[in-house]
Amino acid sequence: MSTDSTKKKDNHVSTSKALDDEQRVKILSPGMLVAKRFFRNKLAVAGLVILVTMFIFSFIGGMVSPYGESQVFRKTDHVWKDYAGATYNKSYIFETANGAEFPTQGQQKFILATNKGNDSFEANGVTYGLEQKGEDYWAIYSSESVATVLTLKGKSTYKQVGNTEVTDEIKEGYEEAVANDENTFEVDGITYTIEKAGRENQITISGEVAFATKKVFSAAAKDADLGFQFKQAVLDAIEAGETSFEYDGTKYELNTTEEETSTEVVKDGEVYATISNLLVSPQANGVFLSLSFKEAVEQAIADKATTFTAMNEAGEEETYQLQTKNTQYVVRSQKATTVNDTYSAPSKKHWAGTDGNGMDMLTRLMYGGRISLMIGFVVIIIEGIIGILIGGISGYFGGWVDTILMRVVDVVICIPAMPLYIIIGSVMDYYKIDPRIRIYALCAILGIVGWPGIARMVRGQILSLREQEFMVATEATGVRISRRIFRHLIPNVIPQLIVIATMGLGDVILMEATLSFLGIGVKFPYASWGNIVNAVNDVYVLTNFWFVWIPAGFLILLTVLGFNFVGDGLRDAFDPKMKR
Amino acid sequence: MKKFIVRRVLLGAMILFFVSMIIYSIERALPTSYVEGRARDMSMKQGAKPYDELVAELNASYGLDKPVLEGYFVWLGKAIHGEFGESWIFHQPVTKKFSSVIWYSFALALAAFLLEIMIAIPLGIISATKQYSRVDYAVTVFALIGISLPSFFFATILKWIFSINLKWVDLYGIVSRMHESYGSVGKVLDMAQHMILPVITLTIVSVGSLMRYTRTNMLEVLNADYIRTARAKGVSEKKVVSHHAFRNTLIPIITILGSTLPNLFGGAMITETLFQIPGIGYTSYQALTQGDIPFTMFYMVFLAFLTLTGNLIADILYAVADPRVRVN
Repeated sequence: MSTDSTKKKDNHVSTSKALDDEQRVKILSPGMLVAKRFFRNKLAVAGLVILVTMFIFSFIGGMVSPYGESQVFRKTDHVWKDYAGATYNKSYIFETANGAEFPTQGQQKFILATNKGNDSFEANGVTYGLEQKGEDYWAIYSSESVATVLTLKGKSTYKQVGNTEVTDEIKEGYEEAVANDENTFEVDGITYTIEKAGRENQITISGEVAFATKKVFSAAAKDADLGFQFKQAVLDAIEAGETSFEYDGTKYELNTTEEETSTEVVKDGEVYATISNLLVSPQANGVFLSLSFKEAVEQAIADKATTFTAMNEAGEEETYQLQTKNTQYVVRSQKATTVNDTYSAPSKKHWAGTDGNGMDMLTRLMYGGRISLMIGFVVIIIEGIIGILIGGISGYFGGWVDTILMRVVDVVICIPAMPLYIIIGSVMDYYKIDPRIRIYALCAILGIVGWPGIARMVRGQILSLREQEFMVATEATGVRISRRIFRHLIPNVIPQLIVIATMGLGDVILMEATLSFLGIGVKFPYASWGNIVNAVNDVYVLTNFWFVWIPAGFLILLTVLGFNFVGDGLRDAFDPKMKR
Repeated sequence: MKKFIVRRVLLGAMILFFVSMIIYSIERALPTSYVEGRARDMSMKQGAKPYDELVAELNASYGLDKPVLEGYFVWLGKAIHGEFGESWIFHQPVTKKFSSVIWYSFALALAAFLLEIMIAIPLGIISATKQYSRVDYAVTVFALIGISLPSFFFATILKWIFSINLKWVDLYGIVSRMHESYGSVGKVLDMAQHMILPVITLTIVSVGSLMRYTRTNMLEVLNADYIRTARAKGVSEKKVVSHHAFRNTLIPIITILGSTLPNLFGGAMITETLFQIPGIGYTSYQALTQGDIPFTMFYMVFLAFLTLTGNLIADILYAVADPRVRVN
């Protein structure tokens, strides 16, 4: 029973016989008519679906997304880092005796002297003697003149030469030595040498002040200082071809490795130090390289290996990389470091991958859509307000007001928009304006330049509308002018306004995307579809990471397309004249 | 007619006067520190003039040391004689740089323009004659996609497909590395090859609006009374479309095409920049981003001039087609 009654209602079965009876005709309001025509248009519906999806994606998606707009994701990555450097030592290393001085200038003079084959050289007024003790092993003696002695008739006259004062002890020692026919004498632990030079005798201080070698010593203990005399003893023993030596009451043994590249000094069965041509030094300060590590490096270099294992400081086996740079070797160790998770491919955690800053792409796309859509609406509202005001006034008043305003429109249309945006953008770049303020500025500029189209349309509509009867009626009933324009004329322009605004929204979004793409619109940290595509300016990204730029580009395309579809559908729906 | 043209030209000149005044004021409104900073940066570069000289030159040619209005007339006086100063970043007179790059842009735009006409007009007419058919929907969707496609994105996709993945053409530039070794024909072909992707980009991006315009106008004409008359008297549909309707559609189409002719010289800033075609668009993009004020001023005024010329051509063509326009 009840179903029957509803059926009847739906079928509009009329009981009346009059043709214009309300029950006979299904009446639709003008709005409903437009809606009906709109929804019949497949493209318009498709556009609407696209737009609704985009709004949900951008505005609700941003809220649902577990990540923030500029949340950076990090990941642990194993990176090879330079750990130590190794090189074969080709220059002399100078070891100075305790308490003695050997100036830097002397080192240069020494090299000159060895090259020339001289057996003495002078530096800072001091004469040094040389003695070659082995291949690349030289002892350096100083011979500082103290005084010249002229002995006449048993009486000696001392003439001070150097800085050392000729004390009575020295004189005594000298006389004693001469008497004993000795060449040297000792006073206060310092050895003086007597040299005969003609009638005069020369007293000089002599002694080994330093030695130069190309061998590198490394101690097993961290803070051990091997000392001048120990090193000397080791070198002397090596040169003498001995396998052991005694120093300071302790017996040391010498082991030469198979390749004869290095020698171990063994004390009580443990390696105490090594002597080698290879200089291994840590890359970072404060790192101590153990002997076993250094030996492993040496072994690896000898084997021409690219990787080797050695004990690290924690006593664990670690694999190292060995790289050759000219004559240098670089040892690299693997260090775990946290880096930005950049350009990671789409995965469960990041559905659309991550961008160059390690931010979640999908979330960036959502927030980017928000900004693009909001800028679009704000700009269209600004354009609409200016356009309606100027177009309305111009159309309604006509005459000279119209002429002037339309010339203004002509002028504004002629201003080249794109160069203007770029100039202003680059000025803002120059002053490093805050990205948030840039967005407001962008809206304002786009709005201020874009209104003439709307103004022209409004003016054209109002020009034709104001001649119609209903406007005569408003005039006759004495309606206020502002009311006449804004209550009676403008509402009649609304349909065209909606169409032009919908299409315009697409254009604004396109313009914003282009500017952001060029890097002068919306700037990092804010996301915008345009500045996401901007990553392709790096050819590496363009070639390898399609997921970084293709989604954003398609979102721009789809959104603008959606607005155009809807705008097109609305135009057809409001103005069915075009249908055949 | 003569009187009409004279009036329009005078109006155009007046608008150009005001537009260039606005452009001049915009350049003047740039913070002084920006201009000076840019000039200073510029003078640091190799081969550039010293800072004082640059500033003195600016003052001389732009009247920067005078009030805005007075300065504008200083600039205008020079500009009328074709003196736009010397470009900061190209180190040669602006007009000389302009004439050396404009033809790349023109060739690019002309090729795209011709392609656009060849695609848009036939498709627009077919889509109008078969309104609400599948073909119509396909054409409409194609046109709207073209309108909605960001040129930078489309250019990037083309580069990605044809330069990176297929390696058919170079990624950037107007000439290949071997350019100098080719003969004169080879050189032209080489440049033409580098123009392929930019031309496709420009065509696809701009073909949509002409297609829509053609369709709308054709629909309007097909709804006209004289078409109904033609059909009523038994003229074949083919003849109605090709003879009666098409000829009438041509009038507005030619008018709008005529008005876009000046834009062939305007350069396509985004496309040229992306493909690094050394036309006026790419050149002025460099000038704009690097704050080359002499070049920027020139380019903006030049663009305004092109727009006005386009409007003038449109007005004249309308007046030719429809004598009623001349009266007003």
